[in-house]
Amino acid sequence: MNILAMDTSNQILGVALLQDEQLIGSITTNIKKNHSIRLMPAINQLMHEVAMTPAELDKIVVAKGPGSYTGVRIGLTTAKSMAWSLDIPVVGISSLEALAWQGHFYDSYICPFFDARRGLVFTGMYQTKNNKLELSGEEKNVLMEDWLKELAESREEVLFLSPDITKHEDLIRTHLGDRAIIPEGPFHMADPSHLAFAGLHTQPDSTYGLTPNYLRLAEAEANWLKKEQRKNG
Amino acid sequence: MKTDNYILGIETSCDETAVAIVKNGKEIISNVVASQIDSHKRFGGVVPEVASRHHVEQITVVLEEAFSQANMTWEQIDAIAVTEGPGLVGALLVGVNAGKALAFAKQKPLIGVHHIAGHIYANRFEREFEFPLLALIVSGGHTELVLMNEHGSYELIGETRDDAAGEAYDKVARMLELPYPGGPQIDRLAAEGDESIDLPRAWLEEGSFDFSFSGLKSSVINTIHNASQRGQLLNKEDIAASFQASVVDVLTAKTWKAAQKYNVKQVIVAGGVAANQGLRKALGSRFVGTNIPLLMPPLNLCTDNAAMIAAAGFVAYKQGERSGWDLNANPSLMLN
Ligand SMILES: [Zn+2]
Repeated sequence: MNILAMDTSNQILGVALLQDEQLIGSITTNIKKNHSIRLMPAINQLMHEVAMTPAELDKIVVAKGPGSYTGVRIGLTTAKSMAWSLDIPVVGISSLEALAWQGHFYDSYICPFFDARRGLVFTGMYQTKNNKLELSGEEKNVLMEDWLKELAESREEVLFLSPDITKHEDLIRTHLGDRAIIPEGPFHMADPSHLAFAGLHTQPDSTYGLTPNYLRLAEAEANWLKKEQRKNG
Repeated sequence: MKTDNYILGIETSCDETAVAIVKNGKEIISNVVASQIDSHKRFGGVVPEVASRHHVEQITVVLEEAFSQANMTWEQIDAIAVTEGPGLVGALLVGVNAGKALAFAKQKPLIGVHHIAGHIYANRFEREFEFPLLALIVSGGHTELVLMNEHGSYELIGETRDDAAGEAYDKVARMLELPYPGGPQIDRLAAEGDESIDLPRAWLEEGSFDFSFSGLKSSVINTIHNASQRGQLLNKEDIAASFQASVVDVLTAKTWKAAQKYNVKQVIVAGGVAANQGLRKALGSRFVGTNIPLLMPPLNLCTDNAAMIAAAGFVAYKQGERSGWDLNANPSLMLN
């Protein structure tokens, strides 16, 4: 069973290959460069290194967002098109879940988030149960301030994981004080090998039906809906 | 020995998700277009982010349909051609990344194609090209005269200095409060009106094959505005007819002049506005009885489709052009 995983949903570009539940290779970069130019060369390089042909793939796993709309679409289009042409299953995993795996051994709440500009974040609350990550509640696009106030009401400790952690660290401390656990180092970067493992035991999506996990409507769509509601309300 | 070549074409530069399979650059085996026009109508125009979202939802559905209509398998496909640009970047990215993923997965050659080269090659389904050849390309984003001395060679001899012809149509349609998309509406109204309003024609400098439509657009605005200040109500049909006459006069005259100057053997019309009845009629009567044949694609091949991309891609494939895995969408790609 050969699994290819790819993540272009945020600044990190990650590609990983699993063979019989073993990681056999991965490429990760965390630089501001174009995913559209670099994804396919990265997949090509990795498969070349481990001497695997595309025809030998059995499953594709992709980080389906939230994140950059464009980045998410690059990964999803690539994953869907490969899976469709090879006639193999494809699995979309939330980019927040993929990041939450970095806190897998933490036994309280895990809060992965991505900055979404104007004080907003994409986030959700995860917890490890029976060696699996479970989402409690829903993933959402909220004001960080509102989200932290909500978290402050419970008495639990929360592990925060985010590539944008420095931008929000002060605000987190203001609201949660010592109950906020903020690790140092590479824990804030999603790892494509975790993404691949997450996809290993997840039921495949319909190749045609798999869509990005945007967590937000297109602006024009949101405005149009508001206008419609006003008209009808 | 295998002599036939089958090219898979992919086009997502604006608001159509399209996939086609074409034989030898001349014969359509399948041609599937998923239009998003109903979705964009409520916004009064194409919204780039919404277009990109539709493309990613549609792409594998349209691929499947193109293969099943053609009743073909991957083994028979020789290469994949995809629109690289110009167009909306987010929309282009879906096609480019799908093309790369398919080419990589099935280990096929990949060819990036210029969207306008595609529009030109839509004519090859009707008749074989003879060179030198002049192409008039008119669409929402383009107004260009292109000279071709051989397959795959494109020399830009004239282009718009401001608005594209199709853009001017859309703006005038909005002023006349016509539903989106406005171009076909103006064409329809123009057929019922009189050219009773005197509007300017932008000929530019002597000998120039460039175009300009922003002056005409302002002139239409002023005419409507002045009339309403005088309490006059202008007939929409007459405005449409007068506006269309101005656009069509310039397009026809410049195409004719260029055809003579470059001594071309064929004139080709391409792009969405090539579906315009007023333009088809005017060009038709200008070239009828001359020794220069005029080619206009059937209406379904005037608008964006992937068969035209596969047809242009076939020529590039035969000429040995190949794109790498780092192929990217290029919203302002040049034709050359
Ligand atoms: Zn076009």
